[in-house]
Amino acid sequence: MRSSWWKVLGALLVGFAVAGGLLLPVPRLHILNETIRNLYYHVPMWFAMMALFTAGVIYSVKYLRSGNLADDIYAVGFTYTGIAFSCLGMATGMEWAKFTWGEPWSNDPKELGTALCMLTYFAYAILRGGMKDEEKRAKISAVYNIFAFALIIPLIYIMPRMVDSLHPGNGGNPAFAKYDLDSDMRMVFYPAIIGWVLLSFWIATLKIRLSLLTYKKEFNIDSNKFDFDKNKFDA
Amino acid sequence: MGLATLSGYRITFAVLAQSNFISLVRKDLLIEWRQKHTLFGVLLYVGSTVFVVYMMNGQPDAKVWNALFWLTQLFVAVNSVAKSFLQEPANRFRYYYTLVRPATFLLAKMVYSTLLMVLMSLASLVLFSVLLGWPLVQTSLFVLISMVGSISLSAVFTFLSAIAARANQNAALMAILGFPLVTPLLMILSNLAVKAIAPVYQPGWWSLALVLLLLDALVIVLGVVLFPFLWQE
Repeated sequence: MRSSWWKVLGALLVGFAVAGGLLLPVPRLHILNETIRNLYYHVPMWFAMMALFTAGVIYSVKYLRSGNLADDIYAVGFTYTGIAFSCLGMATGMEWAKFTWGEPWSNDPKELGTALCMLTYFAYAILRGGMKDEEKRAKISAVYNIFAFALIIPLIYIMPRMVDSLHPGNGGNPAFAKYDLDSDMRMVFYPAIIGWVLLSFWIATLKIRLSLLTYKKEFNIDSNKFDFDKNKFDA
Repeated sequence: MGLATLSGYRITFAVLAQSNFISLVRKDLLIEWRQKHTLFGVLLYVGSTVFVVYMMNGQPDAKVWNALFWLTQLFVAVNSVAKSFLQEPANRFRYYYTLVRPATFLLAKMVYSTLLMVLMSLASLVLFSVLLGWPLVQTSLFVLISMVGSISLSAVFTFLSAIAARANQNAALMAILGFPLVTPLLMILSNLAVKAIAPVYQPGWWSLALVLLLLDALVIVLGVVLFPFLWQE
């Protein structure tokens, strides 16, 4: 059980968010009704995605500085898990939009921004898939990862300000925080965010550990040089 | 003007002409001019695209005209800028690597693609005016915006063409990598261009223009920082 307190904490918080999100009282609002509970599941997906993509970019930078293939495996693990969470966020968002805005795809700029972000990272996967040589694949995909992250993430925040959005807090819509997010909801919302972020990192580290073991086996790397506690190679 | 100053100018000019940057740009333009078929191929591509649009849609209203213009620019950029890295064989890059610094090389390629792209946007503007009508009220502003647009598109696609070339891939990969990245840029550009098309009040036009310039600067800086990693083998 190496430094697993955050995994336990993440599981407990997500468990609390699932149970509390379904059972605890929420404000009764017109149109939203009970779908407001989706806030606990939809928004944490984006927080988890952003945290994972950021971790991926940090490891891409580390790879370019060190040239250590383990850093590349970390970057890929975080980024691919981030893609999975972006799909979940999109699915929960479209489900919610169907009930509140009338249709799953409402041409909302945040939806468009996220779709662009997803396309960018799908392109990252395609770029990686097209190369066989590990060193080259690691280097080129790290360069693209940094370039894409630095370009697309600011744009996601700029785009909604260019067009009116249906989301709360944009285009004259009241923000949740102003009226609706009362103390009952905060009690579930904040733990849900922290819990899902921790859980997403747990999933990513499992994926990374598997890739590291595969890599080690494929290349017959001396196991003395492989430090399992840190999941890292000694240089 | 004294003779000394004149010879001073001459020396400065000679130094500039010999500098790596200028000679790289000149080499690319020279290749472009000698292989006229690629240059005129892209021009023909612009012409047939505009003609197809005209055949399908006739003369559209101002808003559609604007959208079609920027869409044409996107496809022209993919087709013309792709050549900047993809047209040269990999062995020649090793030779360049021994001669110039990576940043100089990338910036030279970006300037060359920008020049090409400016030419293409002017050509498509002429073709648009002939076939699709002329809804512009501020022509000079629109030309200025399309120049900035040429810089943005060619900077992004030059870097992506470098990535595609290093990955031994074709222009299709460049399009896959680039479309999501340039879509927001195109949206900003077409929003800016609305001012040149219809005399409407647009709050926040200047801040949007500033965002575009900052993004262009970001692309160029990122390119210069990241390109050396892409180049070394």
